[in-house]
Amino acid sequence: MIFSTALAERLVYRGDFALGTLMRFLPIITQIFLWFAVFDAIGSADGNDATEIGGFGFRDIVAYYLLTMIARAFSSMPGLASGIARQIRDGEIKRYLIQPIDLISFLLLNRVAHKIAYYAVAIAPFAFVFYLCRGYFVDGWPEPHVLAAFVGSLIMGFLIGFFMEAAIGMIGFWFLEVTSLLFVFMLFSFFLSGHMFPLTLLPDGVGQVVRFLPFKYLAYFPAAVFLNKIPDDQLPLEMAVEAAWLTFFILVCRFAYSRGLERYSGYGG
Amino acid sequence: MTFRTNFILDCVSSIGWTLMNVGFYLIIFQFTPTIGEGTGWDQDRFFLFLATTWFINSLVQAFFMPNAEEFSELIRTGGLDFALLKPIDTQFLISFRKVSWSSLSNFAAGLVIAAVALYRLAHHETDPLVPSALSVVLYVLFCGCGVVIMYSLMICLSATSVWLGRNQTLYNFWFYITNFSRYPMEIYNRGWGTTLYGLFTFVIPVLVVVNVPARILAQPVNPETSDQWWLVGWALVATLVSVAGSRWVFRRALGSYRSASS
Repeated sequence: MIFSTALAERLVYRGDFALGTLMRFLPIITQIFLWFAVFDAIGSADGNDATEIGGFGFRDIVAYYLLTMIARAFSSMPGLASGIARQIRDGEIKRYLIQPIDLISFLLLNRVAHKIAYYAVAIAPFAFVFYLCRGYFVDGWPEPHVLAAFVGSLIMGFLIGFFMEAAIGMIGFWFLEVTSLLFVFMLFSFFLSGHMFPLTLLPDGVGQVVRFLPFKYLAYFPAAVFLNKIPDDQLPLEMAVEAAWLTFFILVCRFAYSRGLERYSGYGG
Repeated sequence: MTFRTNFILDCVSSIGWTLMNVGFYLIIFQFTPTIGEGTGWDQDRFFLFLATTWFINSLVQAFFMPNAEEFSELIRTGGLDFALLKPIDTQFLISFRKVSWSSLSNFAAGLVIAAVALYRLAHHETDPLVPSALSVVLYVLFCGCGVVIMYSLMICLSATSVWLGRNQTLYNFWFYITNFSRYPMEIYNRGWGTTLYGLFTFVIPVLVVVNVPARILAQPVNPETSDQWWLVGWALVATLVSVAGSRWVFRRALGSYRSASS
């Protein structure tokens, strides 16, 4: 019921939405030109002797940006943390205390429905853009096991995104205003998730720290898996680490919720 | 300054955004000496370019963005009636109502970037670059032209609310178009990019907005590279055409405006 309502809610403005999704790819055009100019300046951007930086050639980088769009579509949770914080502030969260629904499961189910609705509509523009850009995927489709890992990393990326943001929203139990914190978090997550550039381009010291953080699963990691940038022998370990981070955030989120409820004093109506 | 925390937060987030961009380009320049082969946009010159983008965008965001936003809203709600009744030019009244001071923190960030880039350029071992007084004057003048072109574009976009009822994608569209102005124009001039190059130089002249002033300061336009002068001339023409165009669109929009109230 929750699921189908949320699904219907999202399908109302599908035309406008499909156009919006298509427009979202426009900045990639400038990225293509920027990176071509960079690769052009250091060697050849195309052909057999194409230059690579951080393990990425020019075509890889473009493919990378396209794939991070998919990863971000899974892992981004617009309004989740601020929504939770608002519900705490307004006292609206009371209804989860008196009704037999669990807040976290409710929100999660809601997001799953929203994401499915999103993909039901977004798949057409996405497919169109990827078809146009198929030339940038040098190796074509990855091996079945890599593809499976890619799908797995996307699903875990979605869950990490969800529990990470929900946990931040829970901070609202302690501080009534979390907007500032969210700002900082968004900035960090944008930069450290690999949304701006592949994380392997970072200088060694910083790169190691950043690749240890959980942010990379929101954008960099799924794209790197798809592009075969994670060696086969490391793939299971990397997936295990991702699962560990996911478990960590589920626990943090649950813990924060139960402790928060103890503190909660029900402001508002 | 009523909402002080909010003001500071806005400043912090825009400075965070600036730092991320600077970081991004520093990383790019770890791998390449210039953006585009033979374009001359090396690290210090490109940072001067970046500072120029920051100056122009911050001015537009501080002075015109909040007003364009309000203009769309006035059209939708019918509040424009009151503006029409006032005995001064409506476009003038609409364009200068509010100022978003926090956006000027980006202007300050631009000053820092420009200062560092200029210092480094002046201390280059081979042919240090110190801009002449004339090029500084021209720089300021053409930054002004850039702001005017961006302003005209924004007025045209927000005026479309008259026909579209509501223009929610306005800012997305604005962001995507101005995105093209953020890089040296040479990088588009190849393959199918030539179409974009032509479109964004001559039809929607966003490429001259940052490119012309940045070029004047970073790669002095001098008699030896006279082929660049056409661009400077075109920037002036484009500014005048944009203002006239935005005025025309604005008047057309007012002509089609049907009040939304009662």
